[in-house]
Amino acid sequence: MSSLIESRPAPAAVARTAPVVAYPVIRGFLRGAGAVATRVVAVAALAAVWEIFPRLGLVDATFLPPLSDVLAAWWQLVQSGELIEHARASLGRSLAGFGLAVAAAIPLGLLIGWYKPLATLLTPLLELFRNTAALALLPVFVLVLGLGETSKVAIICYACSWPILLNTVSGVRTVDPLLIKSARSLGLGPLRLFQKVVLPAAVPTIFTGIRLAGAYSILILIAAEMVGAKAGLGYLINYAQYNFAVPDMYAGIITISAIGLVVNQVLILTERRFSTWRTTS
Amino acid sequence: MSTPKIRFENAGKVFRARGATVTALRDINLDVRAGEFLVLVGPSGCGKSTLLDLLGGLATPSSGRILVDGRPVTGPGLDRGVVFQQYVLLPWRTALGNVQFGLEAKHVPRRERAARAREYLDLVGLSGFHDRYPHELSGGMKQRVAIARSLAFDPDVLLMDEPFAALDAQTRDGLQDELLRIWEQTGKTVVFITHGIEEAVYLGQRVAVMTSRPGRIKQVVPVPITARSATEDLRSDPEFARYRHEIWTLLRDEVRQARREELGLNEKENARV
Repeated sequence: MSSLIESRPAPAAVARTAPVVAYPVIRGFLRGAGAVATRVVAVAALAAVWEIFPRLGLVDATFLPPLSDVLAAWWQLVQSGELIEHARASLGRSLAGFGLAVAAAIPLGLLIGWYKPLATLLTPLLELFRNTAALALLPVFVLVLGLGETSKVAIICYACSWPILLNTVSGVRTVDPLLIKSARSLGLGPLRLFQKVVLPAAVPTIFTGIRLAGAYSILILIAAEMVGAKAGLGYLINYAQYNFAVPDMYAGIITISAIGLVVNQVLILTERRFSTWRTTS
Repeated sequence: MSTPKIRFENAGKVFRARGATVTALRDINLDVRAGEFLVLVGPSGCGKSTLLDLLGGLATPSSGRILVDGRPVTGPGLDRGVVFQQYVLLPWRTALGNVQFGLEAKHVPRRERAARAREYLDLVGLSGFHDRYPHELSGGMKQRVAIARSLAFDPDVLLMDEPFAALDAQTRDGLQDELLRIWEQTGKTVVFITHGIEEAVYLGQRVAVMTSRPGRIKQVVPVPITARSATEDLRSDPEFARYRHEIWTLLRDEVRQARREELGLNEKENARV
């Protein structure tokens, strides 16, 4: 067989081998497309149901307008610049609250994780607050800090702090004791031990906390904006509902879930970058 | 006789756990000469690792003292390098970074660190693997990195706590030969812990046999086999078999004793042993 191929002129040999090369490429493409298809199918089904059911009168189109109407309203809001304005206000609050939480909770978590006496002192308090829903405290924040930006940023910061704080504490606590022992055998002092061993070992766990906080920052934001705000996506959703601009309301909801998805994806990618050594162990 | 490199003087260690006191080590007296390869062998749970922790300065003796170069051990120090049973490498650092870690502790200048780390990785036979992360290395390779790390900061004494116990037999044989070669090449004093009799005879110039708990030194057996690394198949040598048998006999009663104790203890203790 091989001698046969060899005796043929070159183009024929190419023609014979070509399908062998092309086949896996096609199969790989199909498999890739298949993977994408399975990921998309559920979302596509939801979109289809959303479009068709109101049109067929299976659900009341007043309360659930067809998806195409919602998308048209969304586009209208984008063109008028209204949506961008609201999104900017929302993201500003989220980012401020989230950033403050990162800046405050990580150092505090490191301290609590590293110093046992501090941990014993604060653990009951932490347990108490951790098990109190952040939104239950929203009225308190409004009462103390007013209806303005401060209370909104503060409640987001508060809600975001918990996952970061608790993950940082457990990240520091669960460092492999053998790593610490071996570093101690090298004569490392407590400060350098912390800097060179404990901190890098805790980074992946801390990042898990940061990723959770990212999700919280969007979730809490909307609720906060429904109370006494004059701009923001939460305000838009609430306001549209009051004025019976139902497509606008759904446009706001779609925007917020898209933002949530993007934020989460960005944080997952960042997390992966910082913990490559842990993913393949 | 000149001062020994390492001297245990009536060293003992008592642990207190939940009201009960456990004597791990009692009246340890032992001298190790500079440049000597000493192996400690004993039944499981006899306090071998505790003894090494004391020597490494990771624990303090309850009684007696331990001298290195005539000075009492007060804490960990870079004159002693420890290689643990588990390959404790920093998983976020490459092989090279892990070897440099010890050099950072010793405040070696940055430029020199990389060069020295490379040199020692080459010494343990990891020339092509400098940039690999621990999870990309086999168990044997990880332990080579750990050995390189302990050698790189140039301690006088190398303390090894069953370093090859978790490896497969072939890798272990290979690493034993490598270790002998490195020992001959560097002239370090090595204190090596194992529960394997063959490993003890193969490596040790002297083998100290420990009793079951509380751990004491039962007997120190000199194993005067010269030029180990030059002998082709040392393990099948009749001399080797004779020493193996001698140590086996010494250990047999202790292992039995240890097992009897182990069975008598509660489950928690069993899990620890």
